[in-house]
Amino acid sequence: MQKYIVKRLLQLIPILLAITFLSFAMMRIAGSDAVEQKMENTGAVVSQEVVDAAREELGLDKPFLTQYFVWLGNLLRGDMGTSYISNKRVFSTFVSKLPATLLLAVTSILLTVVISIPLGILAAVKQNRFTDYLIRIASFLGNSMPNFFVALLLMYLFAIRLNVFPVIAEGTGLKSVAMPSLTLAIAMSAKYLRQIRATILDELSKDYVAGARARGVKFSVIMRKSVLKASLVTIITLLTLSVGSLLGGTAIVESIFMWDGVGKMAVDAISMRDYPIIQAYVMWMAIIYVVVNLITDLSYRFLDPRIRLGGMEL
Amino acid sequence: MNETVTVRTQKIKSNHAKRRLCVFLVLTALLLLTALFSMQLAPYDPYAQNLEEAMQPPSVRHIMGTDQHGRDMFSRVLVGGRTSIFATLALVAVISVFGTCVGTLCGYYGGKLDSVIMRISDVCLAFPGLVFAMAVAALLGGGISNAVLALAVVSWPKYSRVARSQTLALKDGPFISAVRLAGSSSIQVVSRHILPNILGPILVTAMLDIGTMMMELAGLSFLGLGAVPPTAEWGNMMSTGRSMLQMYPWIVLSPGIGIFISVVLFNLLGDTVRDYLDPRNSRSR
Repeated sequence: MQKYIVKRLLQLIPILLAITFLSFAMMRIAGSDAVEQKMENTGAVVSQEVVDAAREELGLDKPFLTQYFVWLGNLLRGDMGTSYISNKRVFSTFVSKLPATLLLAVTSILLTVVISIPLGILAAVKQNRFTDYLIRIASFLGNSMPNFFVALLLMYLFAIRLNVFPVIAEGTGLKSVAMPSLTLAIAMSAKYLRQIRATILDELSKDYVAGARARGVKFSVIMRKSVLKASLVTIITLLTLSVGSLLGGTAIVESIFMWDGVGKMAVDAISMRDYPIIQAYVMWMAIIYVVVNLITDLSYRFLDPRIRLGGMEL
Repeated sequence: MNETVTVRTQKIKSNHAKRRLCVFLVLTALLLLTALFSMQLAPYDPYAQNLEEAMQPPSVRHIMGTDQHGRDMFSRVLVGGRTSIFATLALVAVISVFGTCVGTLCGYYGGKLDSVIMRISDVCLAFPGLVFAMAVAALLGGGISNAVLALAVVSWPKYSRVARSQTLALKDGPFISAVRLAGSSSIQVVSRHILPNILGPILVTAMLDIGTMMMELAGLSFLGLGAVPPTAEWGNMMSTGRSMLQMYPWIVLSPGIGIFISVVLFNLLGDTVRDYLDPRNSRSR
């Protein structure tokens, strides 16, 4: 197990290097370096010597790879440059907006758990009956709606027609987080209901369930004590893996509901071509994604006693 | 006696899948024809402004109402569908062909090329899909073709993985050895014997992908990274209409219904194709 963890951590290094390199290269492909950008912003006409001097000062005359390593060094000290638009430090801007996005992500995962697990179990238990069909149709329809459509429908229904929630988020209260997280939870629940149902059905078809029923153990007891326990590992893995698609999805939902997180920050930055901000967003989202996936993979192994106790090496 | 019964039930089931497949194929063909001839089918010119009739709610004359410039929403949804649907189909065609070629070659030849390309696809998969696509689209600038390109860059690894694993499973099979012993060149082996055999799983992946890709493409347009107004496209129509949601909800809801219907149809077709080609994976189980 420990060997495995070390191996996975070592594998993380080239991936992180690739992510940072791609983010850096992306910024350079975007065409303008900091000096040109500043000139554009101030509108001043300066001689080539001044430009060259400024380039030398910022190290922009060095070869591409040297620049990358200098940039990487700065990155490790939390320096990602300044925004072209607001002139604020990129890193601190990003850090100040991250908690809102994390709050949104956590509440939507919790909502997903609350919606999808009971419905998934219900559908599995009532397999091929009316309830099952209803749940499956709902999940199919939910899967066929883009999240911005769901967001606008919810907004129309709850904020405009029923006046329950505010149209745009005001602060980070419970009422403001409700609609954006419900939007994300609907999309995720629709996606995972099928898999949760399949997992439970798979477990229910195993011999020990038939054995327990033959011995007269109550169905609810089998469900609670054996089936759920056994399926939980797969379900938890599914949900943590959903963090990735969640991270991409928050951008659209955040900008619809004016939720002041990193997703909205990125969308605004894209419309204003504020490359340092876009770069920070892409890079950090990728890093968070990779790290979460690694943690999922490790916890999956820890949660499954067959692997933890060394009986099965995957 | 028992045997005949089993055979009979199986026959009924497979006919059922075939019938469903026919129904959805016809419906999808209708959708595609509508999109293709949308300019001719549209009751009004989708780009003609008529400010006297701006912001009209759905009525007999304008069954989906009109937008802020008095353009007929129904005509715009029809024409917008042409952009959305054909851009999505082009996208899925490009990534499935490209991904399949790369994956098959990697799987067949193996070696250094294989490990390099697979590492590249690892890195592509390391980014959360839409975030990466947003970044690429931001780099390339607006326009529907750039949005398609951005999603293509992000999505091809899925196909190359499927193609590669299928190729790996096949290439040491006895019939491939026989073909090679008979003197076929590598290109002949790949194109005549491996590709036809891995086409099923690729087709299923592609069919199931159309709906997702359509939603992601519309999402990029919604963020202003796809088709640029005044071009009618479902994503950007919803985006321009969202500030008017309170007073004129039909401007947002009509293109939304367009996306919804097409995605439902493509997903149903995808599920049916999968059930038809691989009945063991049927959804009822």
